[in-house]
Amino acid sequence: MGSGMTNATPQASTLSGRLTALANPTRFLALADTLVPWFGGLSLAVLAAGFYMAFSAPEDYQQGITVRIMYIHVPFAWLAMFCYSLMAISALGTLVWKHPLADVALKSAAPIGAAFTALALFTGSVWGKPMWGTWWVWDARLTSVFILFLMYLGIIALTRAMDDPGRSARAAAILTLVGFVNIPIIKFSVDWWNTLHQPASVFRLDGPTIHTSLLWPLLICALGFTLLFVTLHLMAMRADIWRRRVVAMRRLSARAAERAAR
Amino acid sequence: MLALFRRELQIGVRTGNGALTGVLFFLAVVAVIPFGVGPDLNLLARLGPAILWIGALLAGLLGLERLFQADREDGSLDLMLLADSRHMMALTVFVKCCAHWTVNVLPLVVVTPLLGLFMNVEPAGILAATATLAVGTPAITFIGAVGAALAVALPRGGLLVSVLVLPLTIPVLIFGVAAARGAVADPDPFLPPFLILAALMLFFAVIGPLAASLALRWGGD
Amino acid sequence: MMRLAAEGLGGERGGETVFSGISFTLGEGEALTVTGPNGAGKSTLLRVICGLLPALEGKVQFFGGGEAFPDVASACHYLGHRNAMKAELGVEENLRFWQEFMGEAHLPPFEALEMVGLGDIGHLPFGYLSTGQRRRASIARLLVSYRPVWLLDEPTSGLDKASEAQFADLMGVHLEDGGMIVAATHLPLGLKGAQELRMGEAAG
Repeated sequence: MGSGMTNATPQASTLSGRLTALANPTRFLALADTLVPWFGGLSLAVLAAGFYMAFSAPEDYQQGITVRIMYIHVPFAWLAMFCYSLMAISALGTLVWKHPLADVALKSAAPIGAAFTALALFTGSVWGKPMWGTWWVWDARLTSVFILFLMYLGIIALTRAMDDPGRSARAAAILTLVGFVNIPIIKFSVDWWNTLHQPASVFRLDGPTIHTSLLWPLLICALGFTLLFVTLHLMAMRADIWRRRVVAMRRLSARAAERAAR
Repeated sequence: MLALFRRELQIGVRTGNGALTGVLFFLAVVAVIPFGVGPDLNLLARLGPAILWIGALLAGLLGLERLFQADREDGSLDLMLLADSRHMMALTVFVKCCAHWTVNVLPLVVVTPLLGLFMNVEPAGILAATATLAVGTPAITFIGAVGAALAVALPRGGLLVSVLVLPLTIPVLIFGVAAARGAVADPDPFLPPFLILAALMLFFAVIGPLAASLALRWGGD
Repeated sequence: MMRLAAEGLGGERGGETVFSGISFTLGEGEALTVTGPNGAGKSTLLRVICGLLPALEGKVQFFGGGEAFPDVASACHYLGHRNAMKAELGVEENLRFWQEFMGEAHLPPFEALEMVGLGDIGHLPFGYLSTGQRRRASIARLLVSYRPVWLLDEPTSGLDKASEAQFADLMGVHLEDGGMIVAATHLPLGLKGAQELRMGEAAG
């Protein structure tokens, strides 16, 4: 309270100095410009390989061709959670370390995360149609992901509702963290409410139960989509920084015009 | 702190608006359900606890956006933030939540038995629904305080508060309804979900005011 | 010896820097008036001083407050544009609440109301008061609890000549008691020997 931030002099040799250098949006823009094509190309290549492997993998003897949806559904679901965790870390970055890029990261991740969550829900529903005989069942995992989707939309709505970037960033950060704390509770309560779905089959402590011929393409696809997510996120952050600059420049030119008129 | 609680109660009672609107809304929600699902008394008895809970949840969110907005508009919020070293802001928020609950939500709990009769819920179920509401609705207020604090500067934040808060209240709803139904449907237990509900309420009583006070402090303008 | 010191303060509003490099020191019995055109950041400066807004750069410190006033916020009365009174409650009820909430009781509410000339309408709900009366009631708030530093944002807006003089007297008494005042204002406040900080010259 009352005590302002002290500006540490950046020293490139120390770790904190290097972090400060990265925090500089201009450096970040330069870095993003070099990284985006590489990550984009890499994600396309990995995804192509993953899809090729996915389609040459054997079909499930029970589920037939529909099992191939798994190769996109599982990565989408993984990214839905990964993105929220990333946002929670960014939220900590905003609130604790006041890192200038953290709120950009949080804000630009939210729509991407919402899109992947929506895709996970959609593919899950398409996958479920032949298995359950209906488009939607209120089973534990679908419901949890659906609530996660609602939380993404809430964060987007909140960031859109405020025009001051600093305040909207802090508000979104608090909401993200409160949501993050609540995710285990929601998961637990929804599980309690309904246990119907097949038990989690990839990430288990006693090792994957899924056959290796299916697992490899799945992991490659997950990696490819994660790379795609990183690319999209970098692009979105870059766009957001540019947007802020445009806003700042418009303000400046309005000021300059006012001064000239005086 | 007692002074704050007393002041909030006085304001709430003198305007008297929030409580009445909340109860009317609760009444309206519960009253339209039979028109939607039909007047079958057996069906209503089965849905009863759920309807009471959903009605109370929605009515409890009503008026939450005013929790800090009124104080922000007249400048009281600034003084409360300045008093942080004497009364921790989270505690101030907690007291405000308690007062809000007493004025606006407690009346909902009080009219629940009456509405339970409309729904043909048997006496044990009515008792259970009232008890779960009494324990569960504070959790809604506490978690709603976060939404109210986040949307405090927004002119029409009411809808946004509901949108932000509703997903987070789902666990409360689940265990509240489960406990209320457990009292009447034989194989289902009453006590375990009820205790989990109480635990949730205590958890939110800590998390909610803390997050809300952070939001108010950093959302200053 | 109490002292309020600001060093190289900078503040922002809506992501825009409105002032920077503001330093001052106030000792007991000293006052500072902050003047400047609209939008120069006077209100922002006051809010930065008491910590309601984060400082962009620099810091404010309060020394010698002892246990009662360990930091700047706890040592400040803040009188903003808004009166911080509830329209539904009586004037005296409002003041009594703030006295209990803020602690460090100074004058009893009815006496504080006497001082601002509202002694006989303390029972009325605040909502029925005129603009000038409301302002005087919220000035009475400064008197019910003791704070060494008064941060006043356009304190005399809505006051007539007589009330202005009355308020000048109150400020004089506060300064004589070893208090400090930072006031943002358009109008002369009648503070003798106050330092003056002119804002907005560099930006304008």
